[in-house]
Amino acid sequence: MLGLKKASADLGREKSDVSLREKPMKKVTLPTDEKSVKSLEVGDYVLLSGLIITARDRAHKWMYENFVNQEKIPTAEDVMVYERLKTLLADGAIYHCGPIIKENQSGWEIISAGPTTSEREEPYEAAIMRHFRVRVVLGKGGMGENTRKACQEVPAVYLHAVGGAAVVAAKRVKRVVEVLKPEFGMPESIWVLEIQDFPCVVTMDAWGFNLHEEVLRRSEGLFQHMISL
Amino acid sequence: MEEHLLPHLTELIRLAATDLPNDVEEGLKSAWKKEEPGSAAAQALETILVNIELARKESLPICQDTGTLNFYVSLPSHLSATSMAEQIKEAVRAATDLSYLRPNVVNALTDENTGSNVGADTFPFVEFSCHQDAELIVDLLLKGGGCENVSTQYALPNLELKADRSFEGIKKCVLHAVFKAQGLGCPPGIVGVAVGGDRAIGYREAKRVLLRRIGDRPADTRVANLKEKIRKMANNLNIGPMGFGGKTTLLDVHITFLHRHPASYFVSVSYSCWALRRRRLIWDGRKATFL
Repeated sequence: MLGLKKASADLGREKSDVSLREKPMKKVTLPTDEKSVKSLEVGDYVLLSGLIITARDRAHKWMYENFVNQEKIPTAEDVMVYERLKTLLADGAIYHCGPIIKENQSGWEIISAGPTTSEREEPYEAAIMRHFRVRVVLGKGGMGENTRKACQEVPAVYLHAVGGAAVVAAKRVKRVVEVLKPEFGMPESIWVLEIQDFPCVVTMDAWGFNLHEEVLRRSEGLFQHMISL
Repeated sequence: MEEHLLPHLTELIRLAATDLPNDVEEGLKSAWKKEEPGSAAAQALETILVNIELARKESLPICQDTGTLNFYVSLPSHLSATSMAEQIKEAVRAATDLSYLRPNVVNALTDENTGSNVGADTFPFVEFSCHQDAELIVDLLLKGGGCENVSTQYALPNLELKADRSFEGIKKCVLHAVFKAQGLGCPPGIVGVAVGGDRAIGYREAKRVLLRRIGDRPADTRVANLKEKIRKMANNLNIGPMGFGGKTTLLDVHITFLHRHPASYFVSVSYSCWALRRRRLIWDGRKATFL
């Protein structure tokens, strides 16, 4: 992962410890398909490549209200953005991320682009995944029961990137392709990014497993025991 | 009297956003050594440590969420607070233009991002205290939104937790907060705890104690023991780095005891992600020192 072998050595670990850490990496390229996402299991390390779109709080609410749940009448301009999103998201990926991007003479430059907390998108994500046939949701902190079910149905996976490791993440963004809904402001816009070998780990798979649910259940037992002492 | 501190304040922001304090990095290194090699927890910590190095070397924000900016200014009597407040806002705008900060200030009525990290009198948060010494001290804390969302407050006694007004009650509240936060606040975290105050003061002081160093030992042994007990128990919850399960959920717990109203006993918990970005500027009138 990330040429970490060298980094680990720098941190003073024994070489034998490092070799223990060499797990096989699974490569996933977007757009992907049912077979590919079904081959992934919780705990697998993944290197993700291809086009992804960033979407967080405002973008999710906007997609849901205008096009998924259709509780609003979208503007003609928004319909055009929606058509573009349909192409990008079919067999594609949503990244929960509000990046720092700098505009310079040659175009957009990515500065810092780690994941944001996914849980806030739980009210919308399952419906959005079904609507667009989203195969990969990338974020941090995990998601709830609705998204877990959608992962089984679509099928799709939830991939976890390391929260706060935003420079490492930005290094795996090859190109900022375009921006949709720029009026949402820098963190909230829908950025189309081309990524290569973006490191992440499967924490919710297409088979109904959710690592976050397991950690929660186990820690709940421990917590109850601790406070009853 | 006015002094031109803009370049120093901008440098303070750059350092806070890009160069993690040594004690936090050391805490993360020892956490990494404790995790099972090859585990998701160990992998996450390795990525974090590589990221810290890269951010420092290339002067890039450690995390894209550069948070809200909290300035604690200790002002010598000969300096003007008005000028200082203006210069802080100016430095925040400059640091945003230089991409050390993400524009993070949104008007809650219109949903518009101001683009500058300045939002009328709300942000940046600036608090002044006055003193008789000649030196100006500015502490800066950048606090991300994810970990702010899992910060919380309890009014004791709390029936649900069976928490009364005692060290035992305080312990239950903090453990509950850490349990509820799971992986959402980017553990391994650091929690600031304030006991007492009113609701607003409690939250304010819980955040302020995050300025303390990792491993800091309170002078009062009762508080020192409570702190150690809570840290150990929280780590036994096995939530671990990023909530992947693992040995370190908290790097440290800082507790401050305040005064309170007889009717109120608030336990306020401020959760910080692993990227505890704090820096200090000391200005003696001629030279700027950064800690």
